[in-house]
Amino acid sequence: MKYILTALLILTLIFSVSAQYEIGNVVDDFSLKSTDGEMVSMANYPDAKGYIIIFTCNHCPYAIAYEDRIIELHNEWAPKGYPVIAINPNDPDVQPDDSFEKMKERASEKNFPFKYVLDKGQKVYPKFGAERTPHVFLVDENSILRYIGAIDNNYKSAEAADEHYLRDAISALEAGKDPNPAMTKAIGCTIKTAK
Amino acid sequence: MTWIFLFGLFVGNMTAQVSPEVPVMDFEGLEARLPADPEQLVIVNFWATWCQPCVKEMPYFNTLSRKYADDPRIRVILVSLDMETQMQTRVLPFIADRKLHPDVWLLDDPDANKWIDKVDPSWSGAIPATLFYKNNQRKFYQQSFHSVEELEDIIQTFP
Repeated sequence: MKYILTALLILTLIFSVSAQYEIGNVVDDFSLKSTDGEMVSMANYPDAKGYIIIFTCNHCPYAIAYEDRIIELHNEWAPKGYPVIAINPNDPDVQPDDSFEKMKERASEKNFPFKYVLDKGQKVYPKFGAERTPHVFLVDENSILRYIGAIDNNYKSAEAADEHYLRDAISALEAGKDPNPAMTKAIGCTIKTAK
Repeated sequence: MTWIFLFGLFVGNMTAQVSPEVPVMDFEGLEARLPADPEQLVIVNFWATWCQPCVKEMPYFNTLSRKYADDPRIRVILVSLDMETQMQTRVLPFIADRKLHPDVWLLDDPDANKWIDKVDPSWSGAIPATLFYKNNQRKFYQQSFHSVEELEDIIQTFP
């Protein structure tokens, strides 16, 4: 019995160390530097009803294809309490186009209305389990992860998309319901890390 | 005038000969087209010209494909996820520059949530990704490869 308990304890430890967030988990806040020089945390938005956390970057064609849609999402949902926080998870040493300086340039060229922060040291994206750019994580006001996945079902054209997963997920939260689907997939660029 | 015309024909013919053929398909088309010979190990690499780690590992798939060119038991297929609009500007020039030996197909099916799990449920959608299959055995890798030997090792695990 004692052995079983010890084994269980060890297993629990292993899982709690390696596990990434799943739907329903509480996510830890972070503090990452934005292109405007400010440190950004979820706690910076005391009136937020949720957070649209999008791992995205400068260089990836799929991320670029979604830039305008991310701007629109923020403009539509931030006034309703759901700001976008865009996090670049890439190691700039591996992907120089995603350096903090280049992020600043891109943010100013596109006039990003949302915070665009660098996951310096790459400590945040592994906790979320982000695997590609763009990769969306919708968190509610209690910091509970409610949706993981794609913005919609057509990276090539916003007009051609006929399933708006993220929009529907936020609407579900607004209606006090669980997003359905709570997880979707899309093609994207791998997150760049030093070997 | 005639000479210019003839020369035009000549150049036109040359380009026609060297330019590789890349069929464009949706996922249903891809499934229908994938070989189903139970004796053949098929290696399907999902890539794009803009994907740096994909481009980096491409020589290993190319070498492998050349090595087994005359061996019907092994076939390499490169499934490009480039946009179809970039066929002329990026995909075809890349194939020519790199002298790619394997067949290249272009998967033009943006509704990826509908088909990623059909390739493998463990796939997040990040590329590069590679599927090995033979008969009913499948192995899927969401990762980069760093040598031909690494690929050969996986090939060895298939009966």
